Amino acid sequence: MPSQLLATYPRATGRYDEMFEFSGRVRPHWQALFDALVASRPEQMARRQAYVQNQIFENGITYNVYADSKGAERPWDLDLLPYIIPGAEWQKIEAAVVQRATLLNRILADVYGNQYLLREGLLPPALVHGHAGFLRPAHGIPSPDGIHLHLYAADLARSPDGQWWVIADRTQAPSGAGYALENRLILSRVFPELFRDLRVQHLASFFHTLQESLSHWAPRDDGTDSPRIVLLTPGPYNETYFEHAYLARYLGFPLVEGHDLTVRDGCVWLKSLEGLQRVHVILRRLDDDFCDPLELRADSALGIPGLAQAARDGKVLIANALGSSLLESGALYGYLPGLCRRILGEPLLMPSVATWWCGEPAALEDALEKLDHLVIKGAFPQLRMDSVFGSDLSEKAKKKLIAAMRERPYQYVAQETVHLSQAPRWDRGHPRRLDSRAMGLRVHVVASPNGYVVMPGGLTRVAGVADARIIALQRGGASKDTWVMSDAPVSDFSLLASRFEARNLVRSGANLSSRVVENLFWFGRYAERCDNVARLLRTALARSLAEGNAGEGQGSDRGAILALCRECELLPADDADFKLEPSGKGSPVTEDVALLASLTDPDIPGGFAANLRQLVRIGFNLRERLSLDNWRTLNRLAQDLEAQRGSQAKEPDLGEALAFLDQAVTALMTLAGFALDGMTRDMGWRFLSIGRRLERLQFMTTLLLRSLDSEHRGGLDWLLELADSIITYRSRYMMRPEPLPVMDLLLLDEANPRAVLFQVRGLVDYGKRLTEQFGPCGSESLARYADRLREMDLAQELSASEGRELRDVLVGVRDAAALFSDHLGQRFFSHVAEQNIGAD
Amino acid sequence: MKNVVYRIRHETEYRYSWPVTLSRQLLRLIPRSTPWQDCLWHEIRVRPEPPEWSWLEDFFGNPVAQFALHTPHDELLVAVESRVAVRSHAPAVAPNETLPWEMAREWLHGGAGGAVLDPAQYLFASPHVPVAGSLAAYARTSFRAGRPLLAAARDLTRRIHRDFQYDPKATTISTPVETVLKQKRGVCQDFAHLQIACLRSLGLAARYVSGYLLTHPAPGKERLVGADASHAWVSVFCPDLGWVDLDPTNDLLVDMEHVTVAWGRDFSDVSPMRGVILGGGEHELDVRVTVEPETEETAA
Repeated sequence: MPSQLLATYPRATGRYDEMFEFSGRVRPHWQALFDALVASRPEQMARRQAYVQNQIFENGITYNVYADSKGAERPWDLDLLPYIIPGAEWQKIEAAVVQRATLLNRILADVYGNQYLLREGLLPPALVHGHAGFLRPAHGIPSPDGIHLHLYAADLARSPDGQWWVIADRTQAPSGAGYALENRLILSRVFPELFRDLRVQHLASFFHTLQESLSHWAPRDDGTDSPRIVLLTPGPYNETYFEHAYLARYLGFPLVEGHDLTVRDGCVWLKSLEGLQRVHVILRRLDDDFCDPLELRADSALGIPGLAQAARDGKVLIANALGSSLLESGALYGYLPGLCRRILGEPLLMPSVATWWCGEPAALEDALEKLDHLVIKGAFPQLRMDSVFGSDLSEKAKKKLIAAMRERPYQYVAQETVHLSQAPRWDRGHPRRLDSRAMGLRVHVVASPNGYVVMPGGLTRVAGVADARIIALQRGGASKDTWVMSDAPVSDFSLLASRFEARNLVRSGANLSSRVVENLFWFGRYAERCDNVARLLRTALARSLAEGNAGEGQGSDRGAILALCRECELLPADDADFKLEPSGKGSPVTEDVALLASLTDPDIPGGFAANLRQLVRIGFNLRERLSLDNWRTLNRLAQDLEAQRGSQAKEPDLGEALAFLDQAVTALMTLAGFALDGMTRDMGWRFLSIGRRLERLQFMTTLLLRSLDSEHRGGLDWLLELADSIITYRSRYMMRPEPLPVMDLLLLDEANPRAVLFQVRGLVDYGKRLTEQFGPCGSESLARYADRLREMDLAQELSASEGRELRDVLVGVRDAAALFSDHLGQRFFSHVAEQNIGAD
Repeated sequence: MKNVVYRIRHETEYRYSWPVTLSRQLLRLIPRSTPWQDCLWHEIRVRPEPPEWSWLEDFFGNPVAQFALHTPHDELLVAVESRVAVRSHAPAVAPNETLPWEMAREWLHGGAGGAVLDPAQYLFASPHVPVAGSLAAYARTSFRAGRPLLAAARDLTRRIHRDFQYDPKATTISTPVETVLKQKRGVCQDFAHLQIACLRSLGLAARYVSGYLLTHPAPGKERLVGADASHAWVSVFCPDLGWVDLDPTNDLLVDMEHVTVAWGRDFSDVSPMRGVILGGGEHELDVRVTVEPETEETAA
């Protein structure tokens, strides 16, 4: 039923249709897919679509959008249909892109070396000195075998006559290879038979070449035979962070941020739990000007001070080399044919989109003459100009543009518009229908000792809207898997299968960086702290609600709870400091209002909202280590709190707040469950657990000390409630809470996961293991308190000596816990921020 | 030819409120040698003594020293002493006899390769130097059509000196040139950046020079040790003369009382001391500079 499939398919006018010939016949290499679509039932297609969506969701594939202030992520958008290209056509593309990579690399090597091209006048000085990507400190940094571009990607487009053009060069740190791989893993399972029959070429060898090449060019001054390669990311807020994490895992390179690395004795080191480990190669996804705050951008908090010098000394290989973004400029296009003939002695195989750099007086006049048919762009990326279509301009705007172009012509390029080809896309709004979208193809290349190697495939990007002139994922486009057909049997080499032999198994956390461990530790602490604060607020607000309904109720224990709230900074220190603004209708400021504020207002430091915000922030930094479930739970909680804040601001409602707090406590327990049940017991998990136990210990000692406070001797229900131990108590004692059994349960019962001794024992145990591996780590004094607690005669303490020894021990435990925490910080984390100082 | 030898002492001292555990510093404090200037001798002392040193010449040919400290310290002293011989290098041609500025601009932008390469580095915007219509507009008063380049540049120097007030409290190193142009106040760094921005906005080549200026004690008074300061001025490229140094802070053509340390596109290329530290908390900074003429002698 092709007619149904094509009911609304737009006939290409003025552009090339990838699937259909002008006559309407299906192009031969698409026939198999087309037949498969015709033969598929709507349910089948719906199932395939659901599979794709599900895989994207399961794998957490995302693309961050910078414009969103919250760094919101958008799920990756993958079309159900692959983009198919025949082997013979691919070979031409391959040759052209290899040639271009070779040429661009030679240009870079020259500009950062002896500058022959500049001296001979083959390259105008403006293209180098006018481009902010020309990093002067990178001049003269040695590059093994003259390779500056280890990775390169070309963005291609096809014009109406079927000819391919290069529309952009990616030389800084090309993204997309990881997404292409992920697309492949999903789509090859959507159409498995088709994938096999078309003999689609596999991608894995490309990544294998990358591993081998980086290793080949790694410095060997320390005689290593297994150089350490790391992938440097700017962090989770980067738009392609998912890909960084994904590639790092796939390639087996530790994923690091700038703070994980340090330069000592001229070399680069990874700060890990087990000390400093030499790094030989940095595969960077961080823009080069951010890489070294000492020699490059001083305001970069993401870089490694001293990195440029280490590279200069040949002690670390940086891929791509510092300064490689210099070639990301349309101004260069016009010079490439000449440079290609001069440098490589051959004609340029694939043209760049026709471009005039207006710094050439003749080009400027040409461009101005046919402005209506051209796109005007900034010649260099740092100018941050939006592309302007000459035909879109009013007369006035055009005059203004022309004046600006005449004033500083070197800042502009004028380009012909490419009428992008269109590729079929599965219409998700309809059970069986094709439509089409403008498309572009990103082709990836990797350097190898035997020359450049092209990934057989790539990232096909399609526009978000029909009839688009620009394709950008930032603007809502989608992606396709790219299928390169082969005439010969395809290699089924797979990195996933072959690399993982028993000897490659990783069980220790040797590469666990200090930063990750520190984040896990604080994730544990903040998760527990949120839980404690939620319980405290719930207990306090429940008392208020009960009193409101029944006059003076359990008045005696309300005092203790409010005192506790003050101690935990949920209420201002004492009544004299009560300076909160009166709420809406001039009603007096009550403790309830203050409590509600500390629930929802993130500016109250000890409050729930503030702590949750910290937790979310740390969780975000740990994303590649936490399962998606963690993340989803956290996100939902944060959203619910935001809603709660809105409704409480409109009309304060204690009941609603309590309902929310019930949910919050449940969510936080779920989070705790994930850690207990879903995480590998490695070093990272141990630090997360230490964080949780330290926090709980601190809370419990505070609770118990408060309960000893004679001022607030009253019922002890609140204590059991806050310690989540009511059920246990009731099942054991069948009577109202009495000091001795309550204290025993919360202090000394080693089977109660809330008890003080339970935490102390666990911490001492973790401390012992850390000590075995790394030497003393500050848990010794806690161990002494464990013994004192076990030897304590609680009955005697509570009756005769007014709890002096008990109070002593509790304070001592709390101090010992703080000491342990500080010690861990100094020993394992780098907790001081780096700062930048320029003096004159 | 006349020849003055200066002895220069430049001390930078940091006191931190909290120990610094790691410090890495880049120094551009050793005067470069130029056709009119020789650095005869220099010495760098750093306390505490760094275990790691490296030396290089940067892209602009300025000598750079880099050191790292890995042991906790709460004070850092960097003392550089040097002896520099300076010869006269004011232009041999009268400003009014230089090339019209439009012709210079055409030459700078039209050429490729050869002689234009060096000045072409300094034609474009750089981190502290924007190019903009407002800056070109301020400069136009001096750069009338057909005016000889050096005469016009000299006039611009004079106008900046006249229109702007020296005021150390008005700006910081991050104050944008456009703000300086509006508020008409600043220090030598600001005036140098401003004049460079004006020249580049017109399409001319100008670079930033850091160094020292000989100060003259009041009559009857002794020279005060440490009372001098780093200085900054401008170099403009005249195709017929080469680079000519102008000092907008003092409204003069630079000759024998300026000692060049380094040059670049702007301050960010030549910052005397630039570093990254770990820890440190708050810091106090003390900079002491002394410039003394050692001898005055006449060379053959």
